[in-house]
Amino acid sequence: MEDPGWIEIPHAEQSAELAIVHAGGDWTIVSAGSLDRELQALALPAGREVVFDLHALRALDTAGAWLIYRTVSALRARRHKVRMRGGRERHRAMLRRVGASYRPCTIEPPRLATWRRLALQVGAATVGVARDAGGFVAFLGAAVLALLRTLARPRRLRITSLVNQMEQVGFNALPIVALMSFLVGVVLAYQGAAQLQRLGAEVFVVDLIAVSVLREIGILLTAVVVAGRSGSAFTAQIGAMKANEEVDAMRTLGLDPLDVLVLPRLLALILTLPILAFVADLMGLLGGGLMAWAVLDISPWLFLQRLREGVEIASFWVGIAKAPFFAAVIALVGCYEGLQVSGSAESVGRQTTRAVVEAIFLVIVLDAMFSIFFDLVGV
Amino acid sequence: MSPASRTPIIEVRGLHTRFGRQVIHAGLDLDVYRGEVLGVVGGSGTGKSVLLRTIVGLNPPARGSVSVFGQQLATLPGAERARYETRWGVLFQDGALFSSLTVAQNIEVPMRESYSLSPRLTDELAALKLGLVGLPAQAGAKFPSELSGGMRKRAGLARALALDPEIVFLDEPTAGLDPIGAAGFDELIATLQRQLGLTVFMVTHDLDSLQRICDRVAVLAEQRVLVTGTLDELRAYDHPWVHEYFNGPRARAARAQGTARVPARAGVTMPATGA
Repeated sequence: MEDPGWIEIPHAEQSAELAIVHAGGDWTIVSAGSLDRELQALALPAGREVVFDLHALRALDTAGAWLIYRTVSALRARRHKVRMRGGRERHRAMLRRVGASYRPCTIEPPRLATWRRLALQVGAATVGVARDAGGFVAFLGAAVLALLRTLARPRRLRITSLVNQMEQVGFNALPIVALMSFLVGVVLAYQGAAQLQRLGAEVFVVDLIAVSVLREIGILLTAVVVAGRSGSAFTAQIGAMKANEEVDAMRTLGLDPLDVLVLPRLLALILTLPILAFVADLMGLLGGGLMAWAVLDISPWLFLQRLREGVEIASFWVGIAKAPFFAAVIALVGCYEGLQVSGSAESVGRQTTRAVVEAIFLVIVLDAMFSIFFDLVGV
Repeated sequence: MSPASRTPIIEVRGLHTRFGRQVIHAGLDLDVYRGEVLGVVGGSGTGKSVLLRTIVGLNPPARGSVSVFGQQLATLPGAERARYETRWGVLFQDGALFSSLTVAQNIEVPMRESYSLSPRLTDELAALKLGLVGLPAQAGAKFPSELSGGMRKRAGLARALALDPEIVFLDEPTAGLDPIGAAGFDELIATLQRQLGLTVFMVTHDLDSLQRICDRVAVLAEQRVLVTGTLDELRAYDHPWVHEYFNGPRARAARAQGTARVPARAGVTMPATGA
C-alpha cells in the first residue's frame, strides 16, 4: 500500500496574504528524490505568509522531515512568515528531532593542490624509505647477533622448527623450481640455436646454455621463485602472529621472536636455497640439452663432452656461492616486513606485497654487485 | 499491550542451522513484534550472531522458515528481495565500515545504491544521520581508521539508519565500549527507537543494556529459543543457566544500579514508513 508523497498548491485557496501548500501521502526516502525536485522548483510570491498544511500527511521519516524542515528554513531565510497546520504530534516531533540533529558537515577530506600533494608524497616516501632502511639495518644487526649467540650455544637452536621450515621452503619448492628452470633451459637453447645457426656455430649453444644457467639464471630464477613463495609466506605467517598479539605474548613469556621465529626461517632458507639452485642448474642443463638434441641434433654425448671442454667448473661455483646470500636477503626481508605488521588484517596484505617486491629487488641488486665483484677478481 | 495482540514483524519457525556436522539451531522458533526492543542472549557458541545473520539472509538455513515483513525473503527473486532489504539496517560488531570511504561517504552508500537522490540531498541526509547518532560534524570527512571504537559503532549505526529502516539489527552494540560509552550507546538506541519507531533486534551480553532498553529478552540455549519474556519473567524462570544468568552477581549489580529505565515508553508506536 504505497502512497507516494505529494505537494499541492490549490489555486482556490490562495489569497493576497496567504500561500497555502498541502503536503500529503508518505513523505519517506522512497519519494524523497521527486519531492526534492518539486520543492526546489517551488516558487511562492514574495511577501506572503506561507502555510504548510499537513492534514493529508501519512508517514514521515527523517528524509521527508528533512525536506520539510529545509524548505521552511529556506523560506524563512527569504523573509517569509511560515507556519504549519494540521500536523500530527508525532510528525511535529520528527520535525523537531530533525531540526535539532542537523549540522552541515563535509563529506570528503580537504583536497590539496596537485603539486602540493605530489611534493608531500615524495617527501613522505623519502622519509619512509630512509626510516625503513634504518629499521632494516638495525634488524640485520639484531639477527646477526642472535645468530652468533646461537652459534656460541647451539642448544638454543630450535631444531624442530628449523626442520619444519626446511621442508616448507626447500623440499616443497622443488617441483616448481625444477619445472621452471627446465622450461627456461628449453627456451634458452631454442633462442640460442636460432641465432648461432646463422653463424654456423651451433655447437656453442652448449656454452651459451651452461654459462648462463650455471652462473646466472639457475640461481636468480630460484631466488625469485623462493622470494615469491617463501618470503611472502614468512611475512604472512609472522604478520598474522603479530596482528594476533602472539609476538607480544612471546616477549612477555621471555621468548625472543628473533630466536623463535626469525632464526629458524633464516637458517632454513640459507641451507636449502643452494640445494634448490643446484637442482635448478641440473634441470636447466637437462632442458637445454634435450632442446639442443631435438633442434640442432647435438647428441647428449656431444653435449657432455662440450660441457667438459668449454665450461669451467668455476661457473657452477659462482652460481652456487651466491645462493646463501640471496637466501639471507629473502628471509630477512620477509621476517622484517612480517614484524612491521601493525594491527589490522589489511596491514598483513600490504606488508606481504612489500616483502616480495623488496626481496626481488634486493636480490637483483645483489646479483649485479656479485657480477662486478667476480669480474674484478677474474672468475 | 500483550504480545498476542500485535503482529510479528519477524517470524522464525522450525529453524535448523548447521555448519558441517555441527548443529547450531534445531527447531528454533522466534517472534519479534513491531516497535519492540528484543534482546537475544545465550552462552558463547549458542548461535546468537548466527541467528541474526540467518534472519538478514547472510546464512542459508538448513531447514525451517524465516519471514520478515510477512514475506519469506529467501524465496523471493533478487530484485524484490533487495526492496525488502532496504527496510532494515544492520550494525555489525565493529561497525564494518568501508575503510576506503569517509564516514559520510559510508552513510551515502546505501542511499546511492537504492534511490536516485540529488547529490546535495544525499550530502544533507548523511549530515543529518551523523547528527542523529550524536557524532560531531567533523567526523563526516574522517576515515573509519581515524575514529575510536565507540565512534565507529555510531557511524555504523548511522549507515544502518541511512534508508530510514523499520528494523535495526544490532550485533553486540556495546561490546568493547567503556561503561560510559556503553551507557551512551544504550541511551542512543532507546532514543532513536522511540523517535523513529524502530523495531530493534539486539544480540548482546550486556546485562545493563538488557535492563535499560529491552522490552523482551529471548534466551538461546539447547539449540533453540528456550524462553522469551520480560526480565522479571526470566528471573523467575526455572532453568539452571537462565537462573544463573539473570540472578548471578553481575545481573544483581546491573539491576541494583539500573532500575531507572530510559523513560517515556508510552505511545511509541508509529506507523511504519511506506507500509
